[in-house]
Amino acid sequence: MNIVVCIKQVPGTTEIKIDPDTNTLVREGIPGVINPFDCYALEEAVRLRERCDGKVTVISMGPPQAEEALREAISLGADEAILISDRAFAGSDTWATSYVLSRAIAKIADYDVIICGRQTLDGDTGQVGPELSEMLRIPFVAYVSKVEEIKDDYMRVQRMVEEGYETIEMSLPAVITVVKEINIPRLPSLRGSMKSKTVEIPVWSAEDIGAEANKAGITGSPTRVVKIFFPKREQKSEIMQGNLEEQIDQLMKKLEEIV
Amino acid sequence: MDYFLTEQQKLIKDLARKIAEERILPVRAELDEKEEFPWAIVKDIADSDLFRIFIPEQYEGLGEGLFALCIATEELSRACCGVALTYATDALGTIPILLYGTDEQKQKYLPIIAAGTKLTAFGLTESGAGSDASAMKTTATLDGDDYILNGSKQFITNGGEAELYTIIAITDPTRGTRGASAFLVEKGMPGFTFGKKEQKMGIRASATSELVFHNCRVPRDNLVGREGLGFIVTMKTLDVSRPAVGALSVGLAQGALEAAVAYARERKQFGHPISALQAIQHMLANMAMELEAARALVYAAARTVDSGAKDFTEEGAMAKVFATDMAMKVTTDAVQVFGGVGYMRDYPVEKMMRDAKINQIYEGTNQVLRNVIALQLLKRKALRE
Ligand SMILES: Cc1cc2nc3c(=O)[nH]c(=O)nc-3n(C[C@H](O)[C@H](O)[C@H](O)COP(=O)(O)OP(=O)(O)OC[C@H]3O[C@@H](n4cnc5c(N)ncnc54)[C@H](O)[C@@H]3O)c2cc1C
Repeated sequence: MNIVVCIKQVPGTTEIKIDPDTNTLVREGIPGVINPFDCYALEEAVRLRERCDGKVTVISMGPPQAEEALREAISLGADEAILISDRAFAGSDTWATSYVLSRAIAKIADYDVIICGRQTLDGDTGQVGPELSEMLRIPFVAYVSKVEEIKDDYMRVQRMVEEGYETIEMSLPAVITVVKEINIPRLPSLRGSMKSKTVEIPVWSAEDIGAEANKAGITGSPTRVVKIFFPKREQKSEIMQGNLEEQIDQLMKKLEEIV
Repeated sequence: MDYFLTEQQKLIKDLARKIAEERILPVRAELDEKEEFPWAIVKDIADSDLFRIFIPEQYEGLGEGLFALCIATEELSRACCGVALTYATDALGTIPILLYGTDEQKQKYLPIIAAGTKLTAFGLTESGAGSDASAMKTTATLDGDDYILNGSKQFITNGGEAELYTIIAITDPTRGTRGASAFLVEKGMPGFTFGKKEQKMGIRASATSELVFHNCRVPRDNLVGREGLGFIVTMKTLDVSRPAVGALSVGLAQGALEAAVAYARERKQFGHPISALQAIQHMLANMAMELEAARALVYAAARTVDSGAKDFTEEGAMAKVFATDMAMKVTTDAVQVFGGVGYMRDYPVEKMMRDAKINQIYEGTNQVLRNVIALQLLKRKALRE
């Protein structure tokens, strides 16, 4: 079972600043960590490997310092790591990122499961997992909270929905994104930490993965961030007056107004 | 203070601290309250390879030695001495195999111990044989290819939870201290059962139980060293292990000192934080000095063991006595700094004070170890005359 985990290095959470000009996160001088949601993806990958052997490869598209996050992933149990880094990737939105990751995964070629976190802490979109599966033309399930069974080219998972769970079967290879309910990530191991200090982490450029220049980076990114805000959600309650008949009339009127 | 740790030792320290803060700290009060054995944390410690530190590389360990073990023990104990004792006792139960085990015994047991999937324990004490171990009554009689063990051991740390026990028993009652031998007894061997689990003042996350042997058959291959070597195995094992008891106490006192400093800055009386009072400041200063002195002694003793020195009875005893007396004093003073709330279960320092006491008692009481240290001094003087 070869498992690929896509991780992103994000700023340590305590001190998030937003650049008022570009409406994006200020990253300079802030220590990076593995996107917390990706830690669950990595842990699940390591557990799947422990269940059915194989190899966990962690990849990240990012600037050269994203190598730190990859080394941390090795200390947490990943077998190999690859950094996908090129000036041409700068400014990529989720679409361009997914394109680059899909090219890198195509180059890895031998994979059964691709696991991503449900979203990143800084971007918050949750788009990369699904986009990736589209580009690779393989099945996708979001919000996985349990891998019930996995063998050869078959997997059955539980995914969280608003009021409970769904059980979904799929063929492999496939992409899943996982929620934090799926596991409790382990702490680093000593042997992993020792390995993480010395392991070679190859860097793949746009050319290495055969990425077309106009599909990556700013030019390949249709998204423009206009504003980051939480959508307002309003809840109002009203208690009808009068006898039952009157109350029903009032309610019908209200409903007609809305529809 | 800079103790010049290697990169590897720093890694061990950081990792043990991470486990302590993320996995032990949030549950230590609950483990204490419920007197519950911390299996989930043992698994975390195992997953992080900390059980490998002390095991040689050819048996799937990291071959880092006693000093590194002490660093890890100290960091775990900073959060909870009871949990850390479980870890340190696993080393205690392993030392006899490391020192006297045959190659087959090492092949068979060390890789499992390194992986941390099974814990070990060391059984010497009996109801009638505490400081005077030679009064022990448990016997082992050779019968064909097995020894047959009869008797019981009292107050055994990790008892009931461990899978592998080094047990000291009398093989030849006519030979006194040369008549004891050491055996590796596995949980589940017929005739080996557990008596009551003790209810304790402190280190309540640690399990302390009675071991009962009733015609328990142990294969001859599980004899450690030669017949008659039992007390030598015991003395040498405790010599190696005592700095680790010192490390338990150093970590415990570190936790207490940090709590006391934080509280002193927070608590206001007479319009100022109590940390502005010289009485409090001097108490904190003494705690810090004595703690650092103990740490330096423990580290030096552990490094002496790792250096390959032949005899370190005195160093081990000094490190154990000094550090455990220090921890008793520092934790008591921490309660004093906290005042009334320090006495309450809602705050962590009363537990630390309860946890500290046992360290002055086991692995040789501090009185007995003072005898040992004095004896060495006097012997040396006599030899020079
Ligand atoms: C929580 C706990 C865990 C333990 N874990 C283990 C374990 O894992 N394995 C194991 O084998 N044992 C273990 N023990 C036993 C422990 O090592 C003994 O309790 C200890 O050696 C003291 O023996 P005792 O309790 O019989 O006290 P005693 O020997 O009866 O001592 C009573 C008092 O007399 C003093 N005293 C006795 N003899 C002398 C002397 N010659 N000179 C001066 N003073 C003396 C002692 O210092 C003490 O103050 C544990 C005990 C406890 C409480």
